[in-house]
Amino acid sequence: MQRRTFVKGVATTSLLGLTSTSLEANSPVKAIDNSHTLKGKEFFLEIGYTKVNLSGDDAVATTVNGQIAGPTLVWQEGDTITLHVTNKLKKSSSIHWHGIILPYQMDGVPGITFDGIDPGTTFTYTFTIKQHGTYWYHSHSGFQEQTGVYGAIVILPKKREPFRYDRDYVVQLSDWSDENPNTIYKKLKVQSDYYNFSQRTVGTFVDEVKKKGFSKAFGDRSMWNRMRMSDRDIADVTGYTYTYLMNGQPSSRQFTALFKKGQKIRLRFINSAAMTFFDVRIPGLKMTVVAADGNHVKPVSVEEFRIGVAETYDVIVEPKSNKAYALFAQSMERSGYVVGSLTPDASKLATAPKMDAKPVLSMVDMGMDMGSMKAKESQGMKCSSAMSMPKKSIKKYKWQAMEDQKYPITPLPMARGVQTTMKAMSPKYRLDDPGAGLRHSKRKVLTYADLKNRYSTKHDKKPDREIVLHLTGNMDRYMWSINGIKYTDSKPLQFHYGERLRITFINDTMMNHPMHLHGLWSDLETGDDNHLLRKHTVIVQPGSKISYRVTVDAKGFWAYHCHMLYHMGGMFRKVVVS
Amino acid sequence: MRRIKIHCKKSLNDFCKKTILSLVSLLALGQHIHAAEGDDPLRTMFLMDRFEVLNNDENTRVWEGSFYIGYDIDKLYLYSDGEATADGLESSQSELVYSRAIAPFWDAQIGLAYDKNADASKTWASFAIAGLAPYYFETRAALLVNGNGNVGLRLDAEYEALITQKLILTPSLEADFYSKDDASLQIGSGLSNIEAGLRLRYEIKREFAPYVGVTWEKTFGNTRDYTPINETNFLVGVRFWF
Repeated sequence: MQRRTFVKGVATTSLLGLTSTSLEANSPVKAIDNSHTLKGKEFFLEIGYTKVNLSGDDAVATTVNGQIAGPTLVWQEGDTITLHVTNKLKKSSSIHWHGIILPYQMDGVPGITFDGIDPGTTFTYTFTIKQHGTYWYHSHSGFQEQTGVYGAIVILPKKREPFRYDRDYVVQLSDWSDENPNTIYKKLKVQSDYYNFSQRTVGTFVDEVKKKGFSKAFGDRSMWNRMRMSDRDIADVTGYTYTYLMNGQPSSRQFTALFKKGQKIRLRFINSAAMTFFDVRIPGLKMTVVAADGNHVKPVSVEEFRIGVAETYDVIVEPKSNKAYALFAQSMERSGYVVGSLTPDASKLATAPKMDAKPVLSMVDMGMDMGSMKAKESQGMKCSSAMSMPKKSIKKYKWQAMEDQKYPITPLPMARGVQTTMKAMSPKYRLDDPGAGLRHSKRKVLTYADLKNRYSTKHDKKPDREIVLHLTGNMDRYMWSINGIKYTDSKPLQFHYGERLRITFINDTMMNHPMHLHGLWSDLETGDDNHLLRKHTVIVQPGSKISYRVTVDAKGFWAYHCHMLYHMGGMFRKVVVS
Repeated sequence: MRRIKIHCKKSLNDFCKKTILSLVSLLALGQHIHAAEGDDPLRTMFLMDRFEVLNNDENTRVWEGSFYIGYDIDKLYLYSDGEATADGLESSQSELVYSRAIAPFWDAQIGLAYDKNADASKTWASFAIAGLAPYYFETRAALLVNGNGNVGLRLDAEYEALITQKLILTPSLEADFYSKDDASLQIGSGLSNIEAGLRLRYEIKREFAPYVGVTWEKTFGNTRDYTPINETNFLVGVRFWF
């Protein structure tokens, strides 16, 4: 039985096939059907409760059309589409079209762009598609995204794309918990390291002593402990509660994509997790990255990439032998993984490789550089220099040109206090830093520095002004904010219609924050201003600095926030474009 | 001073309003507070940090626990610890305080403390600082003042050393000082008593951990004259929270 649905899934997840199976998935409370792709100009989506078993235990999910992930929506660039979203939940709901350029009234953020969709009612979205590529949608209400309200969007281009492929699959990654997300959030509030079972122990100290010698190991640990910070604090919520999913399937029911030897396969990776960064690779295959966040990039060949929450990457692979390849996505903190198969034969499944070693944060992740560490040392703050730091940055600061760009800075309110534990002393652009856990990888790992817009941005307007936003928090109390001010205490950010704005983030925390600006593109400076990378979600690494430019070409009210679901409540701003 | 007072009053007021509103909506809707509530939902935590039996002649039962209700910044705390034997309560110390976060790792607390033993009881005004000191020392210092003009200082510090992810060794130290003798409570002026403990717990779940341990307790000065104690006891217990 399971095998039958499984084979059916294989047949219809290929987007080139595009068999519409919309009718059969409409009855609620039935086994999940992930085979479901909807194509056209008018769509009917229903948000409801569905019984699922993803972890081994029964649970109730909130779903779109009764499935996790929700149906893949296939749109055509240039079409005007209509989406009727009916809320069958007992609470208010919404759908936000992540990364889609549209009128703000259609953006689907309760409290900012509309009132939400009340229980039992239908909201009709309608807008014209002005872009193409890989995107996704999700609920923007409460924690419904954690419990299943998300799905993929594939927009077919008007013009032929500058690369070829024979098959096309969505690979949507996510994290599932049987726990109520309110409970997860409460646990983080009362004990922020509740889910972290990779902490320093007496045992790891002994290992460090063996590696670095007693005084260095002791000095290191003493420094972190003095600051009441942990260099093993990589993820707030982990595999202790999460089951990781690929297209809604846990590893035990592998998602399977078929290929024939010699074919080129396009894989559209989407990270729809609430809280999980994934490190993705396909052992034995190189991946050519052709698009990031829906937009074409100059093709770059990599063996592995880290995908932050809400990002998307399109890659093309060419399997050379007739074997099953593992689509392997391990969580950044290595508390779990999900594996699927890229296989010539649905009965041949791949086995997952071993997870990599657990990452350890370094002083770099705290926003210190070697120079300032020396200064600290002389002040009696002994920091071991045996830190994992890319050697390049010791020699020469590669990103000085970005630092040297000066635009009029609009000052913004800033507060420090209970809500802010840390300040990055010397935040640096770290575009070529793959991040903790991948820094010493023998594999070629993608970084933002590798990504260039496929098309010239040479004639883009230079920024008129700049704003600087600090990402702030108190990890211990689990409080998150921007510029030390949480959303409910903040005033909206004012963007001026028609301007080109440079936004610089400084991350004053030791966590990654994927910052998502609704309604407007984020043109990321990755080293070549003639090829600014166009994104909707930008990872701001711990203790780092990053800048992008925004053409403010859409009036209205927009949400601007960290996409980590449990950071979002505080690390959020309303943007007003007028 | 005046301004500070007004400020405290206002935040206390806000806290009460927010709490009452949340409780009303909790009861009225009968469901968990929604994220519409924002980033700072009302939460409660009951922690029985120590719930143990000593291997002395009386098999003394010891508890030390806390409960709070509140938000990121403002909380209402109830602390309780004490000892009982088969004959009943020996002594207990309780505190009800309003707690406000004043620094990233520190809370300031103000409220009432209530001491009780078999024969007497006493109420104190309590002013405390609680939080996480550098090097992860969980600490609390409470300054107590009662109607007789007695001033007490109670200090607690605890450290958690991870042997493994679930096996945790907790050394702890407590010391009490008073400015005056109080025969009814059997406390003497100066350093009154010191208690040092070492507990090894295994977290079956984060919320539930049985443990074994050893404590050493000694009384000093006039307190020693009321109750001479200098004993080391092994113990077993369970730590739990929800």
